[in-house]
Amino acid sequence: MGLLDKEFSDGNIVIVKVDDLFNWARLSSIWQLGFGLACCAIEMMATSASHYDFDRFGVIPRNTPRQADAIIISGTVTLKMATRIKRLYEQIPDPKYIISMGSCSNCGGPYWEHGYHVLKGVDRVIPVDVYVPGCPPRPEALLEGLLKLQEKIRNESLRKKSA
Amino acid sequence: MALKTEHMVLNMGPQHPSTHGVLRLELELEGELIKKVVPHIGYLHRCFEKHAEAMQYNQIIPYTDRMDYLASMYNNFGYVIAVEKLLGIEVPERVQYIRVIMGELQRIASHLVALGTYGLDIGAFTPFLYLFRDREKILTLFEMTCGARLLYNYMWVGGLSHDIHPDFQRMTKEFVNYFKPTIVELDNLLSYNKIFIERTANIGILPIDTAINYGVTGPMLRGSGIKFDLRKDDPYSIYDRFDFDIPVGKGIYGTVGDCWDRYYVRVREMEQSLRIIEQAIDNIPEGDVQSAIPKRIKPPKGTVYTRVENPRGELGYFIISDGNTNPFRVKVRAPSFVNLEVMGELCKGHLVADVIAILGSVDIVLGEVDR
Repeated sequence: MGLLDKEFSDGNIVIVKVDDLFNWARLSSIWQLGFGLACCAIEMMATSASHYDFDRFGVIPRNTPRQADAIIISGTVTLKMATRIKRLYEQIPDPKYIISMGSCSNCGGPYWEHGYHVLKGVDRVIPVDVYVPGCPPRPEALLEGLLKLQEKIRNESLRKKSA
Repeated sequence: MALKTEHMVLNMGPQHPSTHGVLRLELELEGELIKKVVPHIGYLHRCFEKHAEAMQYNQIIPYTDRMDYLASMYNNFGYVIAVEKLLGIEVPERVQYIRVIMGELQRIASHLVALGTYGLDIGAFTPFLYLFRDREKILTLFEMTCGARLLYNYMWVGGLSHDIHPDFQRMTKEFVNYFKPTIVELDNLLSYNKIFIERTANIGILPIDTAINYGVTGPMLRGSGIKFDLRKDDPYSIYDRFDFDIPVGKGIYGTVGDCWDRYYVRVREMEQSLRIIEQAIDNIPEGDVQSAIPKRIKPPKGTVYTRVENPRGELGYFIISDGNTNPFRVKVRAPSFVNLEVMGELCKGHLVADVIAILGSVDIVLGEVDR
């Protein structure tokens, strides 16, 4: 808080639009549901580990959906798992955001043609905000996806969620 | 009046921070004590065998990557050896050497994830960060070789997708020198940590006879004190040329075959992998890595079973060929799947908190369990 303290030393008042304040708060601390599905989960772990450090964007894994703001669907969604993912999604309090990470959860990926047990895209069960392509996406790609999500949140309005 | 009691059934997973993926364990509890553990699998069934029926031999390689995604190189390795055996082709020396080096680097990378997340599961966060830092260095080596960080599709039938980078040998040697002291650091940080030992020693003891009866392989079997490693006992590729030891569990802090032993075997295995890399890296012969790649893979009718020592145990490929360009069937003997079966035996009589410690020491990858 050092810099801010110097900026507002006399107990000043800041006037800000409610939208901007809320959006700023929301986008700066997106707590994700600590939830890995398949190969992409390893890249997600690598992103939150030392080298790429997800923490600097305010992304902290929470292990219960009730404390989470976002899910990163990291990997192949099978038909058996799809109902569970839907239930996890429903347990997250609003506002909630979904990043679909990797080809499998975007569209079925390499399992598109013959994968009789693979859901062809997680957007068939839950709404997705950002799609990150790749099989698996590099950690940089996931970070870019997060920045896109932040951009989306920044333009939201309390009256209506941005399309 | 006698109080009526019944066991409590608790579901652990499929969304749980320490089930290493999407595994559901059905725990039957009497108070805090575990009476029964039933693993429910199939949350990541990705139809590998169906794909293997529909694809040509070389098209299956990317799907083998995605089974055990922590050890993709080794899954490629086992599969291409099987197909090469079916075809009866000799691969060049250079390819063999590079494959062994990649395989051992992959073993280290895989163990780093296993050990890091194991620490994480039972409350040690720092080793996770340290080990992922080191893993990134290995991934850099893989990336400069074949362009991918996690799923490589690197080993092809009869050869490799790319030759190694001119800097690869130098950088691998640098990594080996860098990594040796890091293992000591890990030992001081986690292995000999009092809290860690309390959580793992004498927990989840796997006796030798149980291990053999269940067909357990890999570090789990060696943790129980059996010196069994396919690299020594049934050498494939060129593993018979290298000098290395097989670490086994000795029960230093508890009983032989406890969680700590299984953990420690993995730590010591990384050292042995470094030894193999050191011996191989300077002796890579010159040559073309793609010279033996067949134009069209159409093996004769027949069956083949090969097994390799994956970081998790015996990875076997059983391929039936009907003389076509597609295999008739590819059956995978996945080490994680077999090792997971012993969970019920390991957990009996332990506390709920120990399930995490035991599951982490089994080191499963759900992509391989469900396939």
